[in-house]
Amino acid sequence: MSAWRQPGLWLPLLLVAAAAIWPAFGNNASLRETIFTMLMSVALASSLNILLGYTGYVNFGSIVFFGLGGYLGFYTVSALGWHLLLAVPIGGVAAATLALLLGSAVLRLRGAYFALATIGINEAMKALVINLDFLGGPTGMNLNFSIYQEYGGPAQALWLTYWALAVITLLVIVVSYLVKKSKFGLGLMAIREDEDAAEVMGVVAPRAKTTAYVISAFFPGLIGVLFFFKNGIIEPESAFRLHLSVELLVMVMLGGAGTVLGPVLGAAFYQRLRGLLLTSELFKNTQLVVAGVLLLLIVLFIPAGAVGWLRHRFAPLRRLLE
Amino acid sequence: MLDMLLPSIVDGLLIGVVYGLVAMGLTLIFGIMNVINLAHGPIIALGMFGVYLLFTNTGVNPYLGLLIVAGGGLIFGVIMYFVAVHRVLNAPHLASLLSTFAVNMIIIGAGTVVFSTNFRNVDFSLGAVTFGPVTTTGARVAAAVVALLVTAALYLFLRRTRLGKNIRAVANNRKSAELMGIPSSRVLAISFGIGAMLAAVSGGLLATIQPFTILSGGVYELKSFVIVVLGGLGNPVGALAGGLILGLIEGIVPVFMKTTWVPVLEFALFVLILLVRPQGLFGARQ
Repeated sequence: MSAWRQPGLWLPLLLVAAAAIWPAFGNNASLRETIFTMLMSVALASSLNILLGYTGYVNFGSIVFFGLGGYLGFYTVSALGWHLLLAVPIGGVAAATLALLLGSAVLRLRGAYFALATIGINEAMKALVINLDFLGGPTGMNLNFSIYQEYGGPAQALWLTYWALAVITLLVIVVSYLVKKSKFGLGLMAIREDEDAAEVMGVVAPRAKTTAYVISAFFPGLIGVLFFFKNGIIEPESAFRLHLSVELLVMVMLGGAGTVLGPVLGAAFYQRLRGLLLTSELFKNTQLVVAGVLLLLIVLFIPAGAVGWLRHRFAPLRRLLE
Repeated sequence: MLDMLLPSIVDGLLIGVVYGLVAMGLTLIFGIMNVINLAHGPIIALGMFGVYLLFTNTGVNPYLGLLIVAGGGLIFGVIMYFVAVHRVLNAPHLASLLSTFAVNMIIIGAGTVVFSTNFRNVDFSLGAVTFGPVTTTGARVAAAVVALLVTAALYLFLRRTRLGKNIRAVANNRKSAELMGIPSSRVLAISFGIGAMLAAVSGGLLATIQPFTILSGGVYELKSFVIVVLGGLGNPVGALAGGLILGLIEGIVPVFMKTTWVPVLEFALFVLILLVRPQGLFGARQ
């Protein structure tokens, strides 16, 4: 396929693949944890970007899909005893189904109203899960250690989780690229620029928006299962943490909304910076302040993000960076 | 059943009035400049700490402290407008959502370092008040009365004063207001300041009725979203009605089912209203 020859696709793929392979040398577990967080952010931010960057709908509660997928996957692994690799698609399908059911209704709202509704959906889901006893209620669920035997011990299980995440992350990037380059993606971007005009030009906006919403929900559903399996514990507060949603928005904005490479760079940079701030003596306690100031500066002065700015500034880079 | 229901309704109405005030700043700012202030919760928390610090360190009466907190909130809001809001006013929604959220992060980050996340409370009692069969605390009654007074003052300010009329003109049509000689940037800055002031005052009132941390504002920010959507985004009087509805839900529902179901109902109602009547329960169709 000709898409593989485009630097816009293989550049982000190469970056992610190189980072993903790194911990395999020397079986480095702490590095693996760092890269796990980074890959997860890349995949979640890229999924969010499909709705936020391409379609222009500000999803403040995108984490609800991560949490829902995580919960259902966790339940199938811990209570039903299914294999992780079976639970992962269940989480994805559950998240995509929720998006499909909500999509046609919620996506009629525009601008701030949509953003508020997504916050409401996340909070409603969190409050609901707290009341569901079979999902552990307010205290959540723990994974029994004996479950790891099926995977050849905890170490093997963690490596399996890691590789599954790496594959999903690469997949998200491919999908993000293909969507952007397709006619469907052009329709989304037309909606972003002017929804009414797009409809006049023949874009079936409700169907296109719902499809984008479902795609951007599916991957977080998959990843939620992996993340909470790795942690061995799931709680409503950590599964539906609104703050994480906003961090994802920040990552997308940092790198450049509406670009394929942007969320990848933004997520990697944000997590690296967070790691540095958390370990530095000076900023250990004030990392939130530093992140806030950084966000403010970017929103005020470089709203197109790093990749958007580079593309705007240096014309030759437009062929390289998508 | 009825003797259990009556105190719940009274308590719900009293806290509901305060909730109305909690959400009023958010809805005012949205109504005037189409910005959802995501730093609303932390400003509420700053108001709580303002009253708490004034009372605990210098012994200022909490209700007097509210005046100082109001002034501080106004100044904070005006500064925040010029730093974080002015530049993104005409940008897509995401920009103002993120810039106000950046302020949220800065306040919460700094506040956590300075105040830690331990619970505080304003140790000031107004005794108990009894109306017929219902007994409640004096602080709750006082909070509701102050909230009503502030709401009435805001209404009169917007309707009767020159500045209030300027604010409404800018909210209605910024371009035409400018052509009529109204300095729109200054008016918007003052409006944002008033929104922040209302949030800070409501935080100060909440501090007199219940314990809080620097993170407590987040809870009230979410409640404010529900309230403003119930009452119609951008409609300060609607916020009072929305607050009363929320207060009644919180008062009455626990009589019939577990308290943990309250947020489920609240947020389900919130999403439902957004979908069915985005203009709010009382707003006219636009």
